[in-house]
Amino acid sequence: MIKAILIFNNHGKPRLSKFYEHYTEDTEQQIIRETFHLVSKRDENVCNFLEGGMLIGGSDYKLIYRHYATLYFVFCVDSSESELGILDLIQVFVETLDKCFENVCELDLIFHVDKVHNILAEMVMGGMVLETNMNEIITQVDAQNKMEKSEVNQDLTYSLFYLPV
Amino acid sequence: MPAVSKGDGMRGLAVFISDIRNCKSKEAEIKRINKELANIRSKFKGDKALDGYSKKKYVCKLLFIFLLGHDIDFGHMEAVNLLSSNKYTEKQIGYLFISVLVNSNSDLIRLINNAIKNDLNSRNPTFMNLALHCIANVGSREMAEAFASEIPRILVAGDTMDSVKQSAALCLLRLNRTSPDLVPMGEWTARVVHLLNDQHLGVVTAATSLITTLAQKSPDDFKTSISLAVARLSRIVTSACIDLQDYTYYFVAAPWLSVKLLRLLQCYPPPEDAALRSRLTECLETILNKAQEPPKSKKVQHSNAKNAVLFEAISLIIHHDSEPTLLVRACNQLGQFLQHRETNLRYLALESMCTLASSEFSHEAVKTHIETVINALKTERDVSVRQRAVDLLYAMCDRSNAKQIVAEMLSYLETADYSIREEIVLKVAILAEKYAVDYTWYVDTILNLIRIAGDYVSEEVWYRVIQIVINRDDVQGYAAKTVFEALHAPACHENLVKVGGYILGEFGNLIAGDSRSSPLVQFNLLHSKFHLCSVPTRALLLSAYIKFINLFPEVKATIQDVLRSDSQLRNADVELQQRAVEYLRLSCIASTDILATVLEEMPPFPERESSILAKLKKKKGPGNLPDIDDSRRNVNGNTEHHEPTETTNKSPPSLMADLLPTNRPRPASSSPIMLSAGTMGSSHPFTDLLNLNSPPAAAPSLLVDVFSDLSAPASVEVSEDNFSRFVCKNNGVLYENQLLQIGLKSEYRQNLGRMYVFYGNKTSTQFLSFSSSVTNGDALKGQLIVHAKSVDPVIDGGAQVQQILNMECVSDFTDAPVLNIQFRYGGALQNIAVKLPVMLNKFFQPTEMTSQDFFQRWKQLGAPQQEVQKIFKSQHPMDTDVTKAKILGFGVALLDGVDPNPANFVGAGVIHTKDTQVGCLLRLEPNTQAEMYRLTLRTSRDSVSQRLCDLLSEQF
Repeated sequence: MIKAILIFNNHGKPRLSKFYEHYTEDTEQQIIRETFHLVSKRDENVCNFLEGGMLIGGSDYKLIYRHYATLYFVFCVDSSESELGILDLIQVFVETLDKCFENVCELDLIFHVDKVHNILAEMVMGGMVLETNMNEIITQVDAQNKMEKSEVNQDLTYSLFYLPV
Repeated sequence: MPAVSKGDGMRGLAVFISDIRNCKSKEAEIKRINKELANIRSKFKGDKALDGYSKKKYVCKLLFIFLLGHDIDFGHMEAVNLLSSNKYTEKQIGYLFISVLVNSNSDLIRLINNAIKNDLNSRNPTFMNLALHCIANVGSREMAEAFASEIPRILVAGDTMDSVKQSAALCLLRLNRTSPDLVPMGEWTARVVHLLNDQHLGVVTAATSLITTLAQKSPDDFKTSISLAVARLSRIVTSACIDLQDYTYYFVAAPWLSVKLLRLLQCYPPPEDAALRSRLTECLETILNKAQEPPKSKKVQHSNAKNAVLFEAISLIIHHDSEPTLLVRACNQLGQFLQHRETNLRYLALESMCTLASSEFSHEAVKTHIETVINALKTERDVSVRQRAVDLLYAMCDRSNAKQIVAEMLSYLETADYSIREEIVLKVAILAEKYAVDYTWYVDTILNLIRIAGDYVSEEVWYRVIQIVINRDDVQGYAAKTVFEALHAPACHENLVKVGGYILGEFGNLIAGDSRSSPLVQFNLLHSKFHLCSVPTRALLLSAYIKFINLFPEVKATIQDVLRSDSQLRNADVELQQRAVEYLRLSCIASTDILATVLEEMPPFPERESSILAKLKKKKGPGNLPDIDDSRRNVNGNTEHHEPTETTNKSPPSLMADLLPTNRPRPASSSPIMLSAGTMGSSHPFTDLLNLNSPPAAAPSLLVDVFSDLSAPASVEVSEDNFSRFVCKNNGVLYENQLLQIGLKSEYRQNLGRMYVFYGNKTSTQFLSFSSSVTNGDALKGQLIVHAKSVDPVIDGGAQVQQILNMECVSDFTDAPVLNIQFRYGGALQNIAVKLPVMLNKFFQPTEMTSQDFFQRWKQLGAPQQEVQKIFKSQHPMDTDVTKAKILGFGVALLDGVDPNPANFVGAGVIHTKDTQVGCLLRLEPNTQAEMYRLTLRTSRDSVSQRLCDLLSEQF
């Protein structure tokens, strides 16, 4: 099971946090800090797995992470997940973000928190992998966008109708 | 076209975020955030109704503020209102807010549940998905109560869309994790298994996850999934990628699904059906073969996906542990990975090899890689990888390579990362003890440990070396000589002073013959360290001194002078002062005889499991310890760990209690010291001679730690310690640990029984998500029906709750049901399994009969298989009244005046089962001279005779 998914930048600023288990807000922030501390001190080209920090449950949990340019993507998982499988899942997540935002960058994550959450929700649900097929994920996201657009258009016609002539 | 166009962001949100990002200081940021929170609050409270766009904008702002680590304590109602909107955009943002911010605030959940219910019934797949996501992400008990029966229906309904099925499967999985008692099993279970055949691979993936979790809990119900999983796996592994839609990832066919299927198969032993088994073996061989093929792509994603499947296949091979050829191939494959240039693969290979090392087929093969692993320890740049190398060395260690491995670990310790030093120390200490042929090597190793990494040597380690030295007289002289030499180092670690003080105090006489280590030299050496040590160590040294007075009368005066000095007699520390005063007085007034008795050499400690092992388990968490005694890691998030609950129960905090002589018989004459120490009041309950107890809280905290950290969600060793105590009685304490006490009261009538189980919370903290259920083993199903009433999920600190179990005996049985208890204590999940004392004899009805009747029936039951007889040695004093009480408690009528020999006991009764009644006669003949009993049982069924005889013969 995936316990938490965290994205933060090279300075430890959180850009996305999704916990699949209940923690207080305070603990969540501490976990983010602890995880950043553990991950950021590691060299490039070392392995992508390490034991979880104390707050997240210690050595029964693994942190599986990838570092892209300015961002760290960290999944905290228990022993029921395949390490390499999760590593690939991070890749799928990033490729999907890249497709949805066209060359995704840190700012996209900041300004479109809701979208990022939606995309993630298409992949992981309640801590379990829901969908791994990028095309399928993008189809779902596209469908949502269409619905959004059509609702926005409806709003426009609605308000035009009531404009004083 | 990108799915999100850059221009459609919300301006207000963008401005706010830019403001925050431009803040120069934390204070400025907080100020800006508070301003924004006030603004949003007033907007939400304002009279003007907000449109969907504004609501969405404000919720996004709140999410951003939350992400920065600020509490959000409002907006929940607005979010709930958004849920009920008919517009997708509004609904979706409402759900987002809830799943990020709401965890289990129960008032709100009721409102949310209403909205969810509407969406689930909406037949709009998008809305249904949103609702299912919300349930899965929040996963609270209220939600489980409301929807646990609804979701299986959605999952197996024929007209449900694929994407909804996927979500429903995972949603159900989540609820099964959080509130297993609320998810009803039923006819849907069979249909869930058939989802493995679904066209849509996404549905299959989700279903596999669900089935894996369910199968771990009730393997029998999902046995049919094995053949379907093998078939599916075989199609993926062998086929060309045609039917896999888009699930081919960088030229690897459906890697995630393959991994999940291989995990599912790890819930079961190898298939029994030969055809199925060979098909699976074929799959595994194909996967192993593919690893040797040239890669189809240079991309790392390709090799990752391929190897993810390969590692999972290897896990399955190790789990099955039945095909030697596959095991050896797996080992060779891992051997290749050990030298791979990808760090990730080296890491995983070391990890997998740890489990492989515990298989008898491959242990030797693993050992051939020892040089590579040692090399990894020395050269890997990554501490995570080095840590795995340490684990593997520990797992592959046996008598043949122990010296080499311990030496390598010791030398690595000098430069090891601080974070893993303590663990290495524990491992070295355990290996050195376990594989010591020559105990001088053991003593050297531990002293080296203290020298190299004294700060990381925990108390358990130095307690243990003392225990072993005291128990083995062949090593005492060597130990005394070695510590004496080691103490000469100019800066020796305080732990060494402790070991040195204790050992010289006990065995200094063994080296006193040598003028270089004469009593005075020994004393001066120890005393030269005295002033640099902490209070507990000084207390220990004072005790060593009084032992010296006994061992070496010639240094008595010197030591008395030391004790008499102001720095001792008037020491500010009450413990030190008391010791100095008492020891001084003792040395003055006691005769040599009394001194010799009081200060006698410590008697040997009872043998027991090393408490270092417990410490290591605690540190690693039971899940990750590649146990030397072959405890297998179950990859599905569980460990089948054999020891934790049991051993910690059996051998309580061991050393602590043990090094305290109060626990063991001691000569009466040693009481003066104990008595006077006892006057010190309750804070020093055991002031033993060598004061190993000085940090008074140490003992209890050690014990608590050992228990409380067993946090793995695991299948636990079933405790049956108290089982046999209930054969002849119905009430009492069944189980007890640091947290929980389980008491029983039970009553039986004919073939029915009722048991009241009392769970007492011994702590001051609430137990949460408490659940308990009863499972019957395969054999027992159909023989005994146990129905458990539900129990309150919360037990307050100090409180007790009751659970009622109703039982019906269908036919005679041998096994016992198991009571499984699960709860959360301070965040850690506790798992306890206890064998429930429901035995066949509970369904006895006593039968009175005359002597004549008895012998007539006795003769009727004369067939050889109807009689079972056992002759055994008595375990307890042979007391007639006690024996009578036990036989009555067993459930039969005790028949007086039947047996010609009045010393014998004769009983009769009828076992009531639903199917039949079985008459039983028994006779117990004690032989007081030989302290033996002969027990004879005759019944009309051989299985009943045997079981009753087994049960009763354990009681005397």
